[in-house]
Amino acid sequence: MKVLLLLSILLVNPLLLSGCSDIKPWVKPYERNNLADPIMSLDRHGAAGAYIHHVYQAREGARGAEGGAGGGCGCN
Amino acid sequence: MRGVDVVVTNLSKLPSAFFKLFFILLTTVNLSWVPFSAQAATLPVDSVDILYHSFEGGGMDINGPFVLVRKSIGSQVSVNGHYYVDSVSAASIDVVTSGASEYTEERTELSAGVDFLHEKTMVSAGYTESEENDFLAKTVFMSVNQDFFGDLSKITMGYARGWDEISKFGDEVINEADRQNFKIGLSQILTKNSLMGFDVETATDEGFLRNPYRSYRILNDDKVGYTNEPENYPETHTSTAIAVRGLYYLPYRASIKAEYRFFSDNWGVKANTYELLYVHPLGKSWTLEAKLRYYEQTQADFYSDLFKADTQEFKARDKELSTFSDVTYGAGVTYELGKGFIPYINKLKFTLLADYLEFDYDNFRDASDTSLVAGTEPFYHFSAWVTRASITLEY
Repeated sequence: MKVLLLLSILLVNPLLLSGCSDIKPWVKPYERNNLADPIMSLDRHGAAGAYIHHVYQAREGARGAEGGAGGGCGCN
Repeated sequence: MRGVDVVVTNLSKLPSAFFKLFFILLTTVNLSWVPFSAQAATLPVDSVDILYHSFEGGGMDINGPFVLVRKSIGSQVSVNGHYYVDSVSAASIDVVTSGASEYTEERTELSAGVDFLHEKTMVSAGYTESEENDFLAKTVFMSVNQDFFGDLSKITMGYARGWDEISKFGDEVINEADRQNFKIGLSQILTKNSLMGFDVETATDEGFLRNPYRSYRILNDDKVGYTNEPENYPETHTSTAIAVRGLYYLPYRASIKAEYRFFSDNWGVKANTYELLYVHPLGKSWTLEAKLRYYEQTQADFYSDLFKADTQEFKARDKELSTFSDVTYGAGVTYELGKGFIPYINKLKFTLLADYLEFDYDNFRDASDTSLVAGTEPFYHFSAWVTRASITLEY
């Protein structure tokens, strides 16, 4: 819980500060062609991506923070 | 299939510190991002995703369909549902060597969800039910995500709560377990060619957490033979996982993704996961990809392949709680057709993904050969193929 609290504070504080400072979004919309390419998606495969997370959850001790699937697989 | 899935019910039982933090963050998000609004976020695309999946290895064949449908209703609401089946041919080795009989079974999962978009905020909620002949899992989940800082950043928070009913075939007793998990994620555009993702998830399970069919091994008084006894687990399991991902657009049209995850739980398991993914388009229609993933973990405090004496309360012989590592070598190909090929279809995508997995156990022995002296059997090893073939239609 302490780790989560610390990480959350670290995560939120720079954003709060940015609201009161001169920091502006540094990548303009017209500079985002490459980022808009489908190959730059963190989760490209939808259901297929969710399935491979399920495969690992059922065979490894670790779980969570997969960054894509979620909601509980009910797969002890 | 939300990015971060999380919660809604039974507020009185929520861990209060995290609950407070969750809503402080949620309030902060909505108050501080608004000045950076540039362009609206979008609902998921209307689509049908039909997947056939197969796992072959370790004496098990598991396969079946997975169908996901999304449909928008107006400009602010999108609904989705999925149907998922696992047809399982056999139990894993740690259950088989516990004396369980040969069996086949089927797990069916149904899910329904809704996404609601308001300006740059998306709220998602849903319900999933998974059923086997001896296992029933119900889960509700909710998540909130918000684009901000000129759409360079996105924060996601979620909560899920689940209720499991676990029984043993031929036994009237129904055991229960409650599950909760919380997630916070941030994705951030770093440059015009790179972005990163950061995710933290904590999960807590309470209740009956072991497999009712699995046993541990304990040496007999003669120190030669052993006896199988039903496992005994703690009734609480709490874990935290932290992951960092980076995605980079190479100088030519291709991308490389690297990720690292650290996991730790109150059972003494610590794990590291490393993954690299290279994606390379060929022309307008084809995309190739290659993946390398390595995972390693330490054993749980109460795990042993062969207990020497009955000196501790909790005892497990689950190979997922032993010390082991696994490697995945993956490859995939995608073929995509754009608008105009089929009436009313905006995009048609075929995907074939194949992964080869190798598991090596450091202190889980292959006890299937009962002629060997207990504790001298070779360490278990297995490999598996995971194949996924899918068709995605966007309409």
